[in-house]
Amino acid sequence: MKKYALTKLIGMFFTINCVAFLVFLSFAVIPGDPALAKLGAQATPERLAAMRAQMGLDRPFWERFFSWLLCAIRGDFGTSYSYGTSVSAIIAEKLPVTLLLTGMSFIIMVTCSIPISIYTAKHEGGRIDRIILIVNQVIMAVPPFFAGILITYLFGLILHWFQPGAYVSFGQDPLKCLVYLLFPAVAIALPKTAMTVKLLRSSLLDEAKKDYVRTAYSKGNRTNGVLYRHVLKNAIIPVITFLGMTLTDMIAGSVIMEQVFSVPGIGRILISSISSRDYPVVEAVIVLMTFIVVTVNLLCDVICRIVDPRIRREV
Amino acid sequence: MSVILEVSGLNAFYKVRQPGKGKKQRRQVLYDISFQMEEGEILGLVGESGCGKSTLARTILSMVPDYQGKIECADEHPQMIFQDPYGSLNPSMKIGTILQEPLRNILKLPLEERQIRAAEMLKKVGLEEKYAAHYPSQLSGGQRQRVCIAASLMLHPGLLIADEPVSALDVTIQAQVLRLLLELKREMGLSILFISHDLRVVYQLCDHVMIMKDGRIVEQGETDEVYFSPRHEYTRRLLSAAGILETNEED
Repeated sequence: MKKYALTKLIGMFFTINCVAFLVFLSFAVIPGDPALAKLGAQATPERLAAMRAQMGLDRPFWERFFSWLLCAIRGDFGTSYSYGTSVSAIIAEKLPVTLLLTGMSFIIMVTCSIPISIYTAKHEGGRIDRIILIVNQVIMAVPPFFAGILITYLFGLILHWFQPGAYVSFGQDPLKCLVYLLFPAVAIALPKTAMTVKLLRSSLLDEAKKDYVRTAYSKGNRTNGVLYRHVLKNAIIPVITFLGMTLTDMIAGSVIMEQVFSVPGIGRILISSISSRDYPVVEAVIVLMTFIVVTVNLLCDVICRIVDPRIRREV
Repeated sequence: MSVILEVSGLNAFYKVRQPGKGKKQRRQVLYDISFQMEEGEILGLVGESGCGKSTLARTILSMVPDYQGKIECADEHPQMIFQDPYGSLNPSMKIGTILQEPLRNILKLPLEERQIRAAEMLKKVGLEEKYAAHYPSQLSGGQRQRVCIAASLMLHPGLLIADEPVSALDVTIQAQVLRLLLELKREMGLSILFISHDLRVVYQLCDHVMIMKDGRIVEQGETDEVYFSPRHEYTRRLLSAAGILETNEED
């Protein structure tokens, strides 16, 4: 187990560094000059050169990368070009919003999909099962941003359940903030819920065909006992990995949804920073997201290992 | 001796969904089965795969809902050992928990009592107590089948149905498991309905034997009688295919 943890940690560290390097490299390659973006198109070549020197852009690529890396390891991601404040402070302000949004979508997804899957698997082939499957198929096909627009239109403009664009921060009014975030959270969660239902339902049905289920019945279990005590735990193992991947996907999905619902989170700052060539911010956000993805994956592995004795034994 | 199981005029059906047709169709799998089992005897049930042996076993355990006829069992909780010791144990449940299942579900005993009984039963089937904390994947095939036997004996049943209990095991392990089964039978006064396609094992073990084909019992009687003077054509073919009948004729 110790060896396993160590290998995983080294792998994580390596992955994050690779991503950081690639992002750095892509900024060196793609067109666009942060100094130009900051000063505007009318800037004189002399002022531009002075600005570049001030930003440290005149130094060679490797030097810039390693000095950034050394600072980043200590938690110092530099100063934003366009805001002039420290990148860490910007992220610390915006990250909670995105995490809250993602967390809400994830909770919605899990709490909806598990009961629905169990119900449909239990009543396989029934009328409600077939209706849910069709609805599922439709929801899976709708892209999240479109779902977001639909929800804005329906609940915001027609029903007036919330006011689109009028985000209230958590510090101001926690309840209003949660109510506002509920709508983008639902938009993110919808297609993921549909996918989870499809996966868990078929996993449950596969599991229910296995021999140990017959044994369980012969040992005095009723349908519910078999389902909850025996089948569910085995059926959920392949779904855990999927849920982990979905969680990281949701963080990426929130980038789009923050645009649609004007939520001031990491996603919005990422997009505006890319267009203004505010590289320190972009770099930091991407490294942070990589860190989250890698950590969630590690967590999933650990959870699978705890739940599934078969994997644990192979270590 | 008293009768522990009496089956008469049993017909059983499965619902089968035919490809292309939406509605499920009722298909008969057992036809007019009648037999009796004395307390303490081992009754062999022989037949090719798919002939309805397992269905008969499951009908007796009331796991097949659709049947006609009479099944009278003197034992309240007859139990069954399944063929495949690999698939028939829940991979994510510890052996101890698996053994406690019937005590928990049927007798509704408290946890401590269940643990004590599970540990006792493990010893009885020749496994150490520590295996209660293991998962099925940590055990060998023979050990698993011992666990299956232990699980089926937790309620101290009078009637045990063993559905090909050794056919998934190595030959050397087969002998061990069969010996264990016989010991337990003597010790706990079990009656065993022994389902098998291995005619030699059936001959060694069983007092009476039934030959089954296409959902019907074609011949039944004392093992010696059926083996040495088979009346039905199918029995004769089975015996000669197993190389038993010819040797007898030469004698």
